[in-house]
Amino acid sequence: MGQTIAQKIIANHAGVDEVVPGEIHLVDVDFAFGNDITAALSIKQFNEIGATKVFDPNRIGLIPDHYTPNKDIKTAIITQSMRNFARQHGITHHYEVGEVGIEHALLPEKGVVLPGDLIVGADSHTCTYGALGAFSTGVGSTDLTFAWITGKVWLKVPHTIKFVISGELPQWSGGKDIILYIIGKIGVNGANYRVMEFTGDTIKKLNMDNRFTICNMAIEAGAKTGIIEPDEKTIQYVEERKEREEYTVYHSDEDAEYEKVYEFRAEDIVPQVSFPHLPENAKPIYEVEKMDIRIDQVVIGSCTNGRISDLETAARILKGQKVADKVRLLIFPATPAIYKEALMRGYIETFLDAGAVVAPPTCGPCLGGHMGVLAPGERAVSTTNRNFRGRMGHVDSEVYLSNPAVAAASAIAGKIVSPDYILGG
Amino acid sequence: MKIKGKVWKFGDNIDTDVIIPARYLNTTDERELAKHCMEDIDPEFAKKVQPGDIIVAGESFGIGSSREHAPLAIKSSGVALVIAKSFARIFYRNSINIGLPILENEEVYDLVETGDEIEVDLDKGEIIVGDKKLKARPFPEFVKEIINYGGLLNYAKEKYL
Repeated sequence: MGQTIAQKIIANHAGVDEVVPGEIHLVDVDFAFGNDITAALSIKQFNEIGATKVFDPNRIGLIPDHYTPNKDIKTAIITQSMRNFARQHGITHHYEVGEVGIEHALLPEKGVVLPGDLIVGADSHTCTYGALGAFSTGVGSTDLTFAWITGKVWLKVPHTIKFVISGELPQWSGGKDIILYIIGKIGVNGANYRVMEFTGDTIKKLNMDNRFTICNMAIEAGAKTGIIEPDEKTIQYVEERKEREEYTVYHSDEDAEYEKVYEFRAEDIVPQVSFPHLPENAKPIYEVEKMDIRIDQVVIGSCTNGRISDLETAARILKGQKVADKVRLLIFPATPAIYKEALMRGYIETFLDAGAVVAPPTCGPCLGGHMGVLAPGERAVSTTNRNFRGRMGHVDSEVYLSNPAVAAASAIAGKIVSPDYILGG
Repeated sequence: MKIKGKVWKFGDNIDTDVIIPARYLNTTDERELAKHCMEDIDPEFAKKVQPGDIIVAGESFGIGSSREHAPLAIKSSGVALVIAKSFARIFYRNSINIGLPILENEEVYDLVETGDEIEVDLDKGEIIVGDKKLKARPFPEFVKEIINYGGLLNYAKEKYL
């Protein structure tokens, strides 16, 4: 029986020829990282159980991105503990403010995570790097502590569900719409414990930014990870950045076993908006526009949609426009390199002229952490990944998820609209 | 181990943002986390929950974030066990790893209400509701081993340190 990419990577890291869904293996990890929420707990555990040595100081990441620049004294103490741990153990991938970006944009950009890698991160959106053809999954702090000590993680071999997307996407649709559409079809539990493998000519036409967005939200369908087979675009992206020489490109076998195969037509995937309070509440923008949903805040950024092509789209729509009266538009470039690129291309000026505020790279508002927390009764359109109750602030606030084009257009209109509403279509 | 406790019933898709909201994630202090457990879905929960109480929930309990603070908050609040129709995968492994007892069972949910008392034999995976004896989905061998060690860190200590 043939094997999927996910099976091949797990088998390779378990030291066996092949693996079967349902088996549990202790597998080697190539990289194990955490952020200022999760790594804080791991450092505490590491010290409490009397561990003295990490498995490899070059394969551990400490990425303070959630509450940085430090939002309060407690956070400052946490990032201090990360700094101290990094010094004590000679951790090479510890990123200070100034070089830190949102982890899931930063690690691929720096060439730290590569095709064929097995990666664990104590953050649920670690599944993002599946877009590089890696097996990459979110774990908890205890798993991370275990990986730091042993270089291993326990994994149950998951079944794979294949998603084939074919055809031409409508205007203003991209990776975000594909994944919101899929989650709308299968539900937030639709791929629980499974791998989501994305394929088809529509996926092949997408740039890497859009592919990262798709894999990033695999967790919102409950998946262990999302995976896209590497192609020439992947290789080019990796070759320009890779930090290590060696990496392995895996392909799924023709006769690999899939638990299910879904086929979708790209033409059906118009820009989507997911209504509170679950990502599965996806509706097509043209229906949503008729509902006249007034908004207080728009957030463009995050590990889902804070990359350069996301900002490019936002800038195209915001150029020469003004943010609606009483609407706050917050834009978060995901990494310092993306920020600088946006500055050189003139996007930052466009954003400022439109009346947006451009914040430093941080997860901040996505999780109601800081820099853009909502008051009771407030409503936001956001290019982030979750719209759970209270996610962006007060428990009586609301988050609508969309792509950057819809978010930018909505900021101008003061209500949720299609970009065509602003630009004519 | 046998547990007898009062039920707290919650619905489907209880996410980690309501189990422990991000505004409280700037600490790793378990007692502090417990004070805000379930705050955004039931502000009274943290005040009223008693040691030994049991959470019963629907599908995909613990969806969302990887924050281990969620099962830690529940464990530290005194809850002895979570029974759900299904768990989100990161929450599932986090609970096993930190030694918060969890069981998967589809039937219990419809048979109990908040405040009911139920009895559970964790070793046998048996849930007793009134005169009904229900079986929880058995754990894989490796997971049982971690549970028997009392969590992944004890396992690591024993085998690697």
